[in-house]
Amino acid sequence: MGLLDKHLGYRAPLDAIRAVGADPSNVRFDAILSPTEGVLNGKPVILLGTNNYLGLTFDPASIEASAAAVREWGTGTTGSRFANGTFTGHAALEAALAKFYGRKHAMVFTTGYQANLGSISGLVGRGDHLILDADSHASIYDAAKLSGAEVIRFRHNDPEDLYKRLRRLGDAPGERLIVVEGIYSMIGDVAPLKEFVDVKREMGGYLLVDEAHSMGVLGEKGRGLAEAAGVEDGVDFIVGTFSKSLGSVGGFLVSDEENFDLLRIVSRPYMFTASLPPAVIASTLSALTRLEEDASLRTRLSANADRLYEGLRDMGYSVGPHASPITAVEMPDQATAVGMWNALLQNGVYLNLAIPPATPENKSLLRSSVSAAHTPEQIDAVLNVFETLGQAFGLLPARRRARA
Amino acid sequence: MAEVATDLTVREVAKAAETVLGRPVQVTPATDIARDLAVDSLALMNIVMELEDRFDLSIPLDRLATVQTVGDLSDLINTLRVKA
Repeated sequence: MGLLDKHLGYRAPLDAIRAVGADPSNVRFDAILSPTEGVLNGKPVILLGTNNYLGLTFDPASIEASAAAVREWGTGTTGSRFANGTFTGHAALEAALAKFYGRKHAMVFTTGYQANLGSISGLVGRGDHLILDADSHASIYDAAKLSGAEVIRFRHNDPEDLYKRLRRLGDAPGERLIVVEGIYSMIGDVAPLKEFVDVKREMGGYLLVDEAHSMGVLGEKGRGLAEAAGVEDGVDFIVGTFSKSLGSVGGFLVSDEENFDLLRIVSRPYMFTASLPPAVIASTLSALTRLEEDASLRTRLSANADRLYEGLRDMGYSVGPHASPITAVEMPDQATAVGMWNALLQNGVYLNLAIPPATPENKSLLRSSVSAAHTPEQIDAVLNVFETLGQAFGLLPARRRARA
Repeated sequence: MAEVATDLTVREVAKAAETVLGRPVQVTPATDIARDLAVDSLALMNIVMELEDRFDLSIPLDRLATVQTVGDLSDLINTLRVKA
């Protein structure tokens, strides 16, 4: 008998996946050559599952800013934002984020996970109502637990269902906070945000949008779905992350809410953790500037997303409802998904294996995310591998390739 | 009277579980939801969402902490219905 015996239900499925080939929970890169190329087990792979939407992990100005910061400020802050962990960079990044979103206030968290944990648990508490999209990220569910609020789920991306559940609450005391995501991380589908804002306005309450996967991706200025849908004034709180479009790590909350500064002393995931190292803050600030100034990144990202999505769809793969930087290919079962994932890896394509319970509707998915840094040739190389393997696995009808 | 209400609620729990799980289930109030029905936490949340619609009732997820059996879930629903 060991302490971890309660988790033994995961042993057989995990061992079964490991028996097929590489372990998707323990992929170890020998080298990262660029935002789109890595080396795995001595072999080059195209990186197609790293959420590196704008390809800024190797942005020269961001690297220089980061290197300068580590030399000037040291390797870490060694303290909480509440104590000694606020340097000029932290304050500058918060000011830049508030300005970018056109909001009065911003606060920076040490990870994106903590941004949801710390924002949501600070905004609602016992006696309040938290209304979540059913497909919300784990960080939102964990925030719900930490908050102590009454949690109600509504059907994924369904404004009517949200309306119905708010109506049921009637005039029960307590505030209402609705939480949705801009782009959902597994399938890449986008929330019907305008409709959600309409429901919120009719029924009352606050709306928080997690733009983790949509910041820098959607909207003319890259502010995310709220901007793209033209409803920024109907969104009360925006949470986001630095670990996707901005190529580092960390998260944030922006809002116009009064007494925002009190969050800094009541939000436990903000207060009881060390703040981000100066080097991370510096590269993030630099990447945000690039995101704001270089709209061509979004144009290239969008073209790459279309190229991959349309290519896979036209081959006959089952993909999400619309093109998005996240494209999830649905596999008929988990064994096929694991087999395909390994075969893709052996053929030089790294993407994410997404299996239940992390996926909606217990689907087994091959989840890809494209980058502005991918070349059309890289996308085509990936499509070729998908076509060959799809036929080998019997997922696509065998057909004679047209000759040019 | 209370027993009749419980029986009806248990039957609705079974129907909701069948809708979510896509397979027939046999339940009594003593049925352990996780162990006997092989329902994980996500499936349980989906069953609860289904039950909210069947009873036109809010069932906050934090109230599920004490729910282990179908009888527990049925009692919770009946308690919430009285309050509603």
